[in-house]
Amino acid sequence: MKYSYYPGCSAEATAVGYDVSTRAVCAKLGIELVELPDWNCCGSTSYFSVRELRSFGISARNLAIAQEMGDMDLVTTCNACYTVLAKTNRYMADNAQLRADIVEALHRAGRHYDGNVKVRHLVDVLVNDLGYDAIRERVTKPLTGVRVACYYGCQMTRPMGTFDDPEFPVTLDKLTEVAGATPVDYPCKTKCCGGMLMLTNEQAALRLCFELLKSARDSEADVIIAACPLCEMNVEAYQSRVNKEYGTDFHIPVMYFTQLLGLALGISAKDLALDKQVVPVDSVLAALPA
Amino acid sequence: MRFSTSSMRGRAELGVPYGRLPGETRKAGSREHHGDGASAALAAGGKSSGVAVGWVVTLEAMRKGMVMAQLVTKEDISRLHKVFLDDMFGMPGGEKLKLCQQCGACSGSCPTSYLMDYTPREIIASLRAGMLDKIVNSNTMWMCASCYLCTVRCPAGIKITDMMYELKRLAIKYNLTGGTKNPAMTKIFINNVDSYGRNDEAMLMGKFILTQNWALPFKFASIGLKLVRTGRMPLRLPRSIRGRDELHEITAYLDAKEGAL
Amino acid sequence: MSDQHNGNGGNGRGNGRGQREEKIAVYVCHCGTNIGGTVDVPAVVAWAASQPGVTVAREYKYMCSDPGQDLIKNDIKELGITRVVVAACSPTMHEPTFRKAAADAGLNPFLLQMANIREHCSWVTEDPVAATQKAKRILGAQIHRLPFNQALNPIDVQVNQDVLVVGGGIAGIEAALKLAEAGKHVYMVERNPSIGGHMAMFDKTFPTLDCAACILTPKMSALGKHPNITLLAYSEVTHVDGYVGNFTVTVKKKARYVNTDLCTGCGACQEACVVRKVKSEFDQGLGYRSAIYIPFPQAVPLRATIDPENCLTLSRGACKKQSCVAACGPKAIDFDQKDEEVELAVGAIVLATGFELFDCREEPTYGYGRLDNVITSLEFERLSNASGPTGGHIVLKNGETPKSVAILHCVGSRSVNHQEYCSRVCCMYSLKFAHLIKEHLPDTEVWELYIDMRTNGKGYEEFYKRLMDEGVNFIRGRAAEVTDFAMSPEEEGKLIVKAEDTLLGVVRRLPVDMVILSAGLSPQHDAKEVSQIFGFGCSANGFFLERHPKLEPVATVTDGVFICGACQFPKDIPDTVAQAGAAAAGVLTLVNNVSVKIEPTISYIDPEKCSGCHVCVGLCPYAAIRVNAETGAAEVVEAACKGCGVCVAACPSGVPQQRGYLDEQIFAEIEGALVV
Repeated sequence: MKYSYYPGCSAEATAVGYDVSTRAVCAKLGIELVELPDWNCCGSTSYFSVRELRSFGISARNLAIAQEMGDMDLVTTCNACYTVLAKTNRYMADNAQLRADIVEALHRAGRHYDGNVKVRHLVDVLVNDLGYDAIRERVTKPLTGVRVACYYGCQMTRPMGTFDDPEFPVTLDKLTEVAGATPVDYPCKTKCCGGMLMLTNEQAALRLCFELLKSARDSEADVIIAACPLCEMNVEAYQSRVNKEYGTDFHIPVMYFTQLLGLALGISAKDLALDKQVVPVDSVLAALPA
Repeated sequence: MRFSTSSMRGRAELGVPYGRLPGETRKAGSREHHGDGASAALAAGGKSSGVAVGWVVTLEAMRKGMVMAQLVTKEDISRLHKVFLDDMFGMPGGEKLKLCQQCGACSGSCPTSYLMDYTPREIIASLRAGMLDKIVNSNTMWMCASCYLCTVRCPAGIKITDMMYELKRLAIKYNLTGGTKNPAMTKIFINNVDSYGRNDEAMLMGKFILTQNWALPFKFASIGLKLVRTGRMPLRLPRSIRGRDELHEITAYLDAKEGAL
Repeated sequence: MSDQHNGNGGNGRGNGRGQREEKIAVYVCHCGTNIGGTVDVPAVVAWAASQPGVTVAREYKYMCSDPGQDLIKNDIKELGITRVVVAACSPTMHEPTFRKAAADAGLNPFLLQMANIREHCSWVTEDPVAATQKAKRILGAQIHRLPFNQALNPIDVQVNQDVLVVGGGIAGIEAALKLAEAGKHVYMVERNPSIGGHMAMFDKTFPTLDCAACILTPKMSALGKHPNITLLAYSEVTHVDGYVGNFTVTVKKKARYVNTDLCTGCGACQEACVVRKVKSEFDQGLGYRSAIYIPFPQAVPLRATIDPENCLTLSRGACKKQSCVAACGPKAIDFDQKDEEVELAVGAIVLATGFELFDCREEPTYGYGRLDNVITSLEFERLSNASGPTGGHIVLKNGETPKSVAILHCVGSRSVNHQEYCSRVCCMYSLKFAHLIKEHLPDTEVWELYIDMRTNGKGYEEFYKRLMDEGVNFIRGRAAEVTDFAMSPEEEGKLIVKAEDTLLGVVRRLPVDMVILSAGLSPQHDAKEVSQIFGFGCSANGFFLERHPKLEPVATVTDGVFICGACQFPKDIPDTVAQAGAAAAGVLTLVNNVSVKIEPTISYIDPEKCSGCHVCVGLCPYAAIRVNAETGAAEVVEAACKGCGVCVAACPSGVPQQRGYLDEQIFAEIEGALVV
């Protein structure tokens, strides 16, 4: 199983843990990831807010690079990258003029794109291409008794809901079960963390993170797992800001879902970059069987 | 509980500020997929005549270290409104705006609507009424976190998130900041991408803090330090991708089609 | 009935008269600007006048009007016209109109043809030159064909006086009673063990707040006793054969495992049954029944039924006690009973199969099935109903009374994600619920979350005002979500409804104890299959397709089959009863004539030419060809033949001919179309 891999800009900085653990987990599961050479920023939600045609253009450059790599699906781990790249594909398919413009722009840059690269989220690949059973067989250290709040974020299953329900998804919960842990049912699974608003309108984002953390705690979750770099940042790194703002004392460990899965697969915490967490994850590590 | 912007209401009476430096021309590109009545209308408009109703300072100008004022008239304002309307109804899926039942499911679902001057539903109502005063100065689109809950729940199938993106683009184009820091943030973002091909998060935060909000470093000091310490915020010189020129080719060609900012 | 004697040209061949011997009249209609705006009508008329055999060619603005028809009649009488072609709209529009006009003037109606220069010509192009050219071709085809037309007469078919009504809800009951009172024998087939439909589940009905059972049960009882009605409950129609006036319907009578001749409906068996916790369908799953049960005390017929999936004897042979058998005085229980098939012969059919409630699990945002105390409208009816599972007490799952209730409109309706239509009755029944809650629990706060208030019936607006007067809180806004995630102490333990109050422009969180979902009305899950059994279809939204949405709402495209009530589209009880009456009137119009005339454009097989290969017999989709035992030739059962033409095409010897569509006629049309 071979895929081209788009890490996303955060993978080099705040989400380095996501990138490291993704590679480690995929290696363990026999999934070969080939990083896109010289990929550029997908544009995320910000670029699209300023220019439309241009943002499709720069996003499509990555798709063109992926096409050159051969007949493989492109997998990404960041929700926003996933949505932007998939959206580029869809809009190009639906709109002949847009497609012509983008193809021409790429051509001038020496790139070619036919519109046939399939963009996949890592969760989709693990669940639908590899399958729960295949993963379960390789779990050596089930996280029995660990209560996990699966935080999907808003852009994994919305707007297209390609591989899971837009509001009540189950894939991460099932992956959690495969890892031996117990997913908790809590109301904020796909509720927005605020995203970029944490920098520009802090109040809005802090409130959303507060609600998320509160509902996770009310459901007695031991750890929150996330699938998007920005979500993870907001919920983890800004927990102290939430505490300051709301007078709470949240110290809920947050990690990327690949890190949790990686632990269950027997990969060491260090190899999963779990030493880079802002909120300590010792309680989760302690629950690992010896 | 809604965030009221009385300061902005005052500005609305002055006239809508929109950014166009004197002498700058626009190309009316062919944009079937993105109705650009915008450029064409303004290009056709030419110099404004009529009684001046206010002054405006453009953000663009300030960054260049100059203070330049642009006279705006009532005709300019109504032309801007027409541009907004044509653009919004012309975007793909824009015709669905006519099908809005005004049910409010979007506003009820939106995680930040309580902070918006006008809820998404009110924005659509204003568009249909042609009363753009509310929209052009509002902070609504900047509060949108693109969570797509509105789009998924809308019974008329309106792509509300895409509508918000379009409003953001129009607002940036005409320098309507809605009193928030979001436009500045997004501009820094694309600047980074255009310059280096990727977004260095440290650079993004750094630039944003320095230009926008001097208080932020104090708020984020502890977090920032932790991130640096754990290696999640490497402080290093920005590196650019090899294909930076490719990006320039792509963006230059598409800019010619879309019309410059 | 002999083919030779109805004047329909025994040998099935053309009479060989050529064009020049007929007097053809041509009329070209402008149809306002529909045709005249694109086709150059004067040019077409002038061209037609020059064609061989054409005695007169005229144009008129609206041929279908009285003066237009008079043109045809006068020419027939005064000029001795023998063939007519009207170049106008589609024959499906006005062929009957013009053929009747010809008949009135004494010309056999089958000697008139229409040339469709509207739907096939002026409505499919904007190019006047091309349109005029094509109009000439279409007209030319008919001018060439006409001399080969033969005079044909409709065929009389006997009509069976009995009627079948499918569905025993208020619509079916009403139609059946009206027909029975008119002296017709009615068979009623109902799939559930009792008639009554959804109305039997309701508590009160809007706007009068009559008790539903009080107004329904007398009708149910009257039906059960009526000498003219044969009730086949717990039965389904599996097959329909035949045609208008002569339907043969196969009905499967499902086994109740109870001898209905002996059962008295005393109910002792359901008390004795050891399986007591089967979720009651009638109570919408809020209450329980036994494996042997009578669905509700007022059931008609009042007979017990055993549910084979839950009965221990029938499902696993494992019931040692069989206490029902012991409890039954008349010894009516019969575990060996089998399904039975019967055949009914009827002249007309009325379908009144009703609706299903929208499945609220398809709208998980509102928490149905996930959160306690989120209930559907039908569930609320059962709660409020005095003979329901809680004895008429509106209570929460834990038995406490709710202090606040929110009623959410438009669940599953008016949405691209579910049903796009408005279900018509939900606004009114939501108001009714608000009233019932206020009546049962005067101190409970009620919130109605609506988008538009659709209260447009007699007394409906007044009902709405009454509810405003009763202090119900109205919020204009579609609920965005229902959650149990409390964000403040007042919200703990409650259901929170989040919605924008659009009239205020503020997003509100309403903490309530109970949420009622005003679910829309959906078509029955098997509506498509059922419609096909009866020979018609469904509209895009899944409900039964009527013949014409405005002028024929209770007829279908199949003669003799009628529809009424919610199976055609959601509607309230007054409209349902009205439609049931309309369907009954349609049936009576049909069956009150001893015979009915059917179109003569059917197949004829010349026995002298038939070689007896019988290929056509198996191919006929209507089983309308049989073999004559004496001659061995195939012959057409005239009343069953629909004139589809399959036998004409299939016969290796080219023997079957379809009257009105003879080979000569078709070839002449083709030649005529190529003349221009």
